[in-house]
Amino acid sequence: MNIAFAFLAGLIFGVGLLISGMTNPAKVLGFLDLAGAWDPSLALVMAGAIGVAVAGFALAKRRQNTWLDLPILLPVATHIDRRLIGGSALFGVGWGLAGICPGPAVVLLGTASGKGTMFFVAMLAGMGVFEWMEHIRHSPK
Amino acid sequence: MAIDFTAFTPLSALAGGALIGLSATLLILFNGRIAGISGIIGGLLRPQLRAEAGDVGWRVAFIAGLLAAPLVWQVSVLLPASRWLSVAEYTNVALVTVRQVDANSALLIAAGLLVGIGTRYGAGCTSGHGVCGLSRFSVRSLAATLTFMAAGFATVYLMRHVFHVV
Repeated sequence: MNIAFAFLAGLIFGVGLLISGMTNPAKVLGFLDLAGAWDPSLALVMAGAIGVAVAGFALAKRRQNTWLDLPILLPVATHIDRRLIGGSALFGVGWGLAGICPGPAVVLLGTASGKGTMFFVAMLAGMGVFEWMEHIRHSPK
Repeated sequence: MAIDFTAFTPLSALAGGALIGLSATLLILFNGRIAGISGIIGGLLRPQLRAEAGDVGWRVAFIAGLLAAPLVWQVSVLLPASRWLSVAEYTNVALVTVRQVDANSALLIAAGLLVGIGTRYGAGCTSGHGVCGLSRFSVRSLAATLTFMAAGFATVYLMRHVFHVV
């Protein structure tokens, strides 16, 4: 049952990205290009998403378990450190280079776009590099 | 700054955004998980992934839903019922342009690597920090979101207006 809801959530997320135009890299870059012909659409996508999700998370914060009786796992980290800021900065540079972030990368893969697939594979490799670095960091000297 | 009103699509942006918010709501209230795409994918690459703890299925299912979205949408806009939805007009156009990734291959690979490494070190992306984190009023997510937005603005500025790449 939880698998079905996860699939449904993924599907709705993907359709939301498609409707809002956020799978189109040119539209995302149009938002990031403040000095050019600016397209504010991405800000409204965020506003629409947060407007709905605020209610969802307010409800989730008052519960221990989900409607399927699974534990609600809300993030507990609150610290702002070099990893958070450095990582987010690297992500922002990559995002600005191509206009693609992880959600649209998966949807583009689903459209069988050749370049979208190329980006997705590179992103997976990047995540693999992170795991490898973590492995080195945590392995005994 | 000049707003490009020919490119600005406020209605479809709000409607699509609301669906993203609905998805995040469903995932937290049914599955108890955060709809952060980089975390969902990255979690599958962890060596300490515990299949017996039921941590694999929902991740794979969510990603499968994302992958199926273009097909489902393509079929649904062909249905007569979708004609009431004015957003379908936008999306028909959007679907044609959706696959036009203009960046060249070397740039795409560099961008993909940076997005992959950065989102894992930063523990989130546009969805995990930007949508879910801000909806939880997380200061940590706000810091991350402001950082990747600023880096994105700066990168596009340098690319388009200083070095004239793309």
